[in-house]
Amino acid sequence: MIKPLLHIHQLSFAWDQEPVLEDIDLKIFENDFIGMIGPNGGGKTTLIKLMLGLLNPQKGKIYFREDLRSGKRPIGYLPQMKNLDRSFPITVLDVVRSGALMRNQSFKGREEEVSRALELITEMGISGKLHNAIGELSGGEMQRAFLCRALISDPKLLILDEPGTYVDNRFAKEIFDKLRDLNRQMAILLVSHDTDMVSEYAKSVVYLSRTLSPYPVSN
Amino acid sequence: MEELIELLSYSFFRNALLTALFASISGGIIGTYVVTRRIVFVSGGITHASFGGIGLAFFLGFNPLLGAILFAIFSALGIQLFSHRFRVREDSSIAIWWALGMAIGIIFVYLTPGYTPNLMSYLFGNILTVSWQELSLMLVSLLIILVVFRLFFRNILYISFDEEFARVSGLKVSLYNYGMIVLVALVLVLNIRAVGIILVLALLTVPQATANLFTRDYKRLMFFSVLFGLAGTFSGLFISFYLNIPSGATIIFTLVFIFGFSRLVKWIRWKSLQRN
Repeated sequence: MIKPLLHIHQLSFAWDQEPVLEDIDLKIFENDFIGMIGPNGGGKTTLIKLMLGLLNPQKGKIYFREDLRSGKRPIGYLPQMKNLDRSFPITVLDVVRSGALMRNQSFKGREEEVSRALELITEMGISGKLHNAIGELSGGEMQRAFLCRALISDPKLLILDEPGTYVDNRFAKEIFDKLRDLNRQMAILLVSHDTDMVSEYAKSVVYLSRTLSPYPVSN
Repeated sequence: MEELIELLSYSFFRNALLTALFASISGGIIGTYVVTRRIVFVSGGITHASFGGIGLAFFLGFNPLLGAILFAIFSALGIQLFSHRFRVREDSSIAIWWALGMAIGIIFVYLTPGYTPNLMSYLFGNILTVSWQELSLMLVSLLIILVVFRLFFRNILYISFDEEFARVSGLKVSLYNYGMIVLVALVLVLNIRAVGIILVLALLTVPQATANLFTRDYKRLMFFSVLFGLAGTFSGLFISFYLNIPSGATIIFTLVFIFGFSRLVKWIRWKSLQRN
């Protein structure tokens, strides 16, 4: 039997008695591409924070596959861009390098880390902006930089919180095409309000509004 | 020139120059942290709260700087504790500690018998009266800062930029936050002797504002801030000496002047680029 990478089991979470998530059950397998949609305040970001270990559930548990249990959670994470301090003095290269902290097996030295960062940055087509401050990038370029930061840790599961916001359609499509490529190497959980885009790219879609339910996709 | 050489032969003036040097370097580095983490207001609260320690020291008769350090660190941790644990809004928490420290200071100064001659030099600074003991404290704290930034620069940078991500990555974010705020408190208090409680915040913010006109890289921001800090404190010190006006206020004035001048230069360059 194939075991899931990650198994969320009967998980509930509340902020000050106010239930946000109730009895969530979700299994994510290798090569899954799950889209998660739902209303604002439906608990999407809270669920991500639980998966990342930033919050602890009041009830239920999140299990990782045995071989992934030791060390850091094997998750790459692309946060919402709206919480970002755009005037912060940090270069694109340094943003990407910060992702190396997430690795279970750290790089052998500065050189290996930088060369892997450069590889990813080039792959994403933003090598021209290597030494630019993060705030000087366009919305699309910024998301690519953060995707590099998520990927440098070699994650087994990539979680994206509302990518495609603040970027034009053409770029959103580019990102989603890129995700399809990445999906050959890792599972993807894509959280978005863009139901059309999600249903086009994800292999399965779930709907989260305090409780989780499958969302029928017609293709 | 001869006058300058004569001036340098006075130990009080050499001490003043060393104070300016130490203040510019520590202020340049720690100030970059303060500005980029957006804790300028927290720092203002800590500085003013330290007045409580100065008053207490006057009353009990020990070195006011030690009292100030104690109160500054205590209020720094208090602000964090109030806002994180007791759910007081952060800006309200700052105001509480800010005012409480000042109030304690005023009461103790009032209770201290006789005249407190140095009080004004703590409020407004007097760089010409800094003692060797105080200078060595400044040097020690500067060395601590240099070591901390040498060892933990990347972690400090990553936590400052994206605290949540740093936490997910397994960094001990709270430990860093508490440690850094203690360093901030230390630098603020030790620089009080240079420009005074009321103006010390400028040493940690104005050079950064100037440096930020020219770079958006963290390391360079620190380095340029130190340079602009040096330019402002040294020129301010000499101007105040020759015009016989208060040193602290003059230093702030030159720091802000350098910022204004740099802004103007940048604007003129931008205009001429537009025309071509």
